[in-house]
Amino acid sequence: MLFKMAGISAGALVSIALMSSGALAQTIGFSQIGSESGWRAAETTVTRQEAEKRGIDLKFADAQQKQENQIKALRSFIAQGVDAILLAPVVATGWDSVLEEAKEAEIPVVLLDRMVDSSKDLYLTAVGSDLVHEGEVAGNWLVDTLAGKQCNVVELQGTTGSSPAIDRKTGFENAIKGHDNIKITRSQTGDFTRTKGKEVMESFLKAEGGGANICALYAHNDDMAVGAIQAIKEAGLKPGTDILVVSIDAVPDIFVAMAAGEANATVELTPNMAGPAFDALAAFMKDGTMPEKFIQTESKLYTQADDPKGEYERRKDLGY
Amino acid sequence: MNGAARFARRIAPQLAILAAILVLISIVFPGFFEVRIANGRLYGSPIDILNRGAPVALLAIGMTLVIATRGIDLSVGAVMAICGATAAWGSTEGYALPATLALSIAAGLACGLWNGFLVAVLRIQPIVATLILMVAGRGIAQLITEGAILTFNQEGLIFIGSGSILTVPTPVIIWMIAGLLFTLVVRWTALGMLIEAIGVNLRASTLAGVNSRVLLIAVYMASGLCASFAGIIAAADIRGADANNAGLWLELDAILAVVIGGTSLLGGRFSILASLIGALIIQAMNTGILLSGFPPEFNLIIKALIVLTILVLQSPATRTAAIFFRRQPGTDPADTRTVTP
Repeated sequence: MLFKMAGISAGALVSIALMSSGALAQTIGFSQIGSESGWRAAETTVTRQEAEKRGIDLKFADAQQKQENQIKALRSFIAQGVDAILLAPVVATGWDSVLEEAKEAEIPVVLLDRMVDSSKDLYLTAVGSDLVHEGEVAGNWLVDTLAGKQCNVVELQGTTGSSPAIDRKTGFENAIKGHDNIKITRSQTGDFTRTKGKEVMESFLKAEGGGANICALYAHNDDMAVGAIQAIKEAGLKPGTDILVVSIDAVPDIFVAMAAGEANATVELTPNMAGPAFDALAAFMKDGTMPEKFIQTESKLYTQADDPKGEYERRKDLGY
Repeated sequence: MNGAARFARRIAPQLAILAAILVLISIVFPGFFEVRIANGRLYGSPIDILNRGAPVALLAIGMTLVIATRGIDLSVGAVMAICGATAAWGSTEGYALPATLALSIAAGLACGLWNGFLVAVLRIQPIVATLILMVAGRGIAQLITEGAILTFNQEGLIFIGSGSILTVPTPVIIWMIAGLLFTLVVRWTALGMLIEAIGVNLRASTLAGVNSRVLLIAVYMASGLCASFAGIIAAADIRGADANNAGLWLELDAILAVVIGGTSLLGGRFSILASLIGALIIQAMNTGILLSGFPPEFNLIIKALIVLTILVLQSPATRTAAIFFRRQPGTDPADTRTVTP
């Protein structure tokens, strides 16, 4: 295995040496899943920006949610002899043979955002967010904000059974464990959508004494929180004051709500997965530094004190 | 038997099921029937059912007519997304409310025209013909919103989703008026009978002089029109058009509402009112599940069990059994009358 790794780095060094101007003007192929969500679109935009910043020639392939398109894209990248490949895999399985091909061609592959079920020596590293950690950051914020006050929390879960829903729930529960003042009284799925978030929140408000028994809302994503905020307003309560609102993702619209004082905190799922990936690739190509097998992106907490207006302006054109 | 009594018997099973579900919810959640006025509008769980049921109720109106012609319209959910996106786009581009609504409704009618053209002129089977727009529609909606959730702040448009007239939420008023108007149009004229005739036997009714081609196209356009109302309401409700999720799977809820309403998928006799009650039954289940506080993993199972119970009660075999038992001495006929045709 060590021998193989040395082979890859040697190959990388050769390809760099062949280039007249050193490590600059690399060509990197990026196989993106598609644009199924605003976040995904933002990831594509940010990846292009990061590549431009570093003077990398990015070859972009949109797979339109199909693995076969991604495999085709990867094969074409290999045939073109790119310096590296970024892959945001649409599913976890079925990548072995194409990753082997990339390895034989001595092209390092970095996974973005999602993992694959292949052997770890088939890719250089994976960049992603720790979903459990995101839930923990949200939970810790609530624990700190309440400072021991009694609080009944209602939870809007993501799509039942999806890994973000399971992990973000687990993380939040980890964070509030041992803090007996915080109790999750109701938990339902809002399918990650605004409409369902609003509908479910309406029923929470009715079931909990018109909202009088609810002290905070934890939503697994911002979109559900945005829907729920409208439900809280329509029930005659003040979101952000009467009911604290904390959610995850940091999409532009939640910053609008935060600027208006209607949401309290959000945890960022950064669309900048490519930045750390390019950095790891650069280090690897320069002197063969092996990155860790999983590079965890920061799950940054934003509150009303963190210039929500400015954050909105910074994000609104990223394609969310 | 006069018409009113026959009509009451027609919708009696649906009303009984709705009542049973409401009683069931009030057992699980005692404060269910509490309605008060908050912020100048009615506030309470029964109002939520009427309000949240608006999209499916509207879709069910159009779907009833389509199914009565022995057709089906799978595209209504996607058409909702298109019309919601169109409304949001019009609003963000600065068009006045009437223009925005007209654009959105025109989009819905155009979608219906497309479906109607495929079915009536090209004679493609309805399930396949409308499947095309079901798949492509979301793509079209995404093109309009450019993949993001397109938010807007036009007060007039928002009013359609979350405003109220005389304390009644606007969506409730819209679906009730739509239901009334469609019923009047098809029942005060021969239109309803012609639609049923097409559903029973297309060739025979065409030979008898019914302009089936025009009528079929009109029915799919009516479905598109209803979908555009539903799409506008769904977008106005969250103040944004979500091309990925608006109306997702609602075509199935609409079909279910029609089926629960007792209209046969084989076409022929239909009742818009029964379909509307069917839509309320579906929404009552959804709201009840949310109020009950069960973990979300149970949502779909509970819903499936209730639907199964309803359909078993309505099945021909059960009806035959009910008639058989009614003839037995010692049984109360009033119990079984509700499930006989």
